[in-house]
Amino acid sequence: MARAVTTQRKAINTAFAWGVGLLIFFPILWTILTSFKTEAQAISDPPVFLFFDWTLENYAVVQERSDYMRFLWNSIIIAGGSTILGVIIAVPAAWSMAFVPSPRTKDILLWMLSTKMLPAVGVLYPIYLLFIKLGWLDTQIGLVIVLMLINLPIIVWMLYTYFKEIPGEILEAARMDGATLKSEILYVLTPMAVPGIASTLLLNVILAWNEAFWTLNLTAAKAAPLTAFIASYSSPEGLFYAKLSAASVMAIAPILIMGWFSQKQLVRGLTFGAVK
Amino acid sequence: MTLKGAFFAASALVSVSATALTAEVLTIATVNNGDMIRMQGLTADFTEKTGHEVNWVTLEENVLRQRVTTDVTTKGGSFDIMTIGMYETPIWGANGWLVPLDDLSEGYDVDDILPAMRNGLSHDGTLYAAPFYGESSMIMYRTDLMEAAGLEMPDAPTWEFIREAAVAMTDRDAEINGICLRGKAGWGEGGALITVIANSFGARWFDENWTPQFDQPEWADALNFYVGLMNDAGPPGYATNGFNENLSLFQQGKCGMWIDATVAASFVTNPDDSTVADKVGFALAPNHEGVEKRANWLWAWALGIPAGTQKEAAAKEFIEWATSKDYIELVAANEGWANVPPGARTSLYENPEYQKVPFAQKTLDSILAADPNNPTVDPVPYVGVQFVAIPEYAGIATDVSQEFSAVYAGQQTVAEALEKAQALTIDAMEAAGY
Repeated sequence: MARAVTTQRKAINTAFAWGVGLLIFFPILWTILTSFKTEAQAISDPPVFLFFDWTLENYAVVQERSDYMRFLWNSIIIAGGSTILGVIIAVPAAWSMAFVPSPRTKDILLWMLSTKMLPAVGVLYPIYLLFIKLGWLDTQIGLVIVLMLINLPIIVWMLYTYFKEIPGEILEAARMDGATLKSEILYVLTPMAVPGIASTLLLNVILAWNEAFWTLNLTAAKAAPLTAFIASYSSPEGLFYAKLSAASVMAIAPILIMGWFSQKQLVRGLTFGAVK
Repeated sequence: MTLKGAFFAASALVSVSATALTAEVLTIATVNNGDMIRMQGLTADFTEKTGHEVNWVTLEENVLRQRVTTDVTTKGGSFDIMTIGMYETPIWGANGWLVPLDDLSEGYDVDDILPAMRNGLSHDGTLYAAPFYGESSMIMYRTDLMEAAGLEMPDAPTWEFIREAAVAMTDRDAEINGICLRGKAGWGEGGALITVIANSFGARWFDENWTPQFDQPEWADALNFYVGLMNDAGPPGYATNGFNENLSLFQQGKCGMWIDATVAASFVTNPDDSTVADKVGFALAPNHEGVEKRANWLWAWALGIPAGTQKEAAAKEFIEWATSKDYIELVAANEGWANVPPGARTSLYENPEYQKVPFAQKTLDSILAADPNNPTVDPVPYVGVQFVAIPEYAGIATDVSQEFSAVYAGQQTVAEALEKAQALTIDAMEAAGY
């Protein structure tokens, strides 16, 4: 039986939820507002909130100084490519762990996750030297592979969790109907796990889009994505906060818009299996 | 077409073909400072003159340092020119990681580079990076507040005067702090300032046997003075203030004095950004009474060529263009004399147009007052004013400055911080084999 909720309680809950939501969103809101201020207004004390002379000058300056589209294109290729490649590898891996586990499956999963515990800078030099040998420095393909490898443990873990929720009997039935392994994964398992796969894709696109260690350290002029675009506006000797904010808004806008339109899918996937 | 016309057409064709054959695309790593941004905007002039194109990779200072260090030590070849400082240049030059700049053209006039800059960017007398702009540190102060306090700033004040003036100018109700100084942890932030303050109190990082000197009374005097001054007349939360935070406070009229990089002078006197642009005076960085050394550092952002680049000739052409007298004239024509890259060439300070810039002479005096080869009262085995030019320094000084920042934040005493600084520096130096 559903619990009775009073109107007053509903109002309090709504106000609280809005408060938490605004608190989380506030840094982004402030960055957006700052991007429309002059540099002097950006540092004014007390800070100005809405009542200032809004200007698009920072966006014009950033557009003039940087080739935004090149950075954006690199971000799309690197984040999209690494995620798709990761999912292609992770789906069969997660399938085997979920449906034909070996005595070592749990250990393998834990070992995979443990690779995420190593600080990235600890392997910077080996990776850098490998990239020099392979000719991958400042290339999209190099970053696609590195980011795929970095995010692979998370992709496998997420898919493994979703696949575990799917009853093995359904796959057995498909096998009895003569489905091959390929057909079983492609036509039975994958459609049932679409929400989980979609949320895994989305989350990993976001992770790859925002990755700022390898993308800064393995690129120069050609393959640099939007993280390098933002870094180019940060200055320890000079107040360029308004321009930095404009660059940040331009960098996060595509992923923010993508997240906005796919939020239903994202929430559905993330809560998949939470309630039985 | 006449014979003469045909000859000129053919010559032009040959010239264009030759340019196309030798034209390169240079990749240059740099920082997002005002002078570098202006350089990027003027790159078309270089391309027009040489045919070479330029790809800029602009990064935040610490990211840039990590990025170019990784590349130069592994001979990655990602960059043809790197923007580096006085700390890296002699170390990298000694390791053979940079191309020597000992064959620059006669017209470049290498002897015009300020001797302090040339020495700081050389190893064993060989220049390894050309200074794009140089800086020292000096006092920037509010002339109106100084006058209201009934004081007059000497050209070369002592710390004792600075303390008296700072206390007199402080008005907590009006949110005016007598003095704003860096306190933020980091060897290039608060670490740089406290090192030059220590120099001006007669302290040093190491004695001639590389023994750390934090257990000496001069360090305690310097640190106690700084903490006392900032507690009495500094802004709240100064432990986390760096260059940008203090610049912001000064521009909003909340600092009576600010001792920091000379390049800040063009920011605080720019009426577009600063509310106190017409009320700023300049003076040499102070010294402790009876101590000869002043608290002024020496730094240059310079352009160096990593060894192993395939485009060495074109890279040298760019460096000659960007650090030349002609480039200074180009900036002056486009942006005005106040915005030319300062502190690199003697001829700039002899230029009557530049002499009209209010902070020009004090900048030069500050640069000339810093001596990287003899930075302290007592002799030291290292080169560098606000740093020690050894590879281990960045790590050690970052840790030491974190201990000092904990004092500024009220988390430990001066004595505790100095004791920890001494212990961690001994450990690090022993581990490094000193």
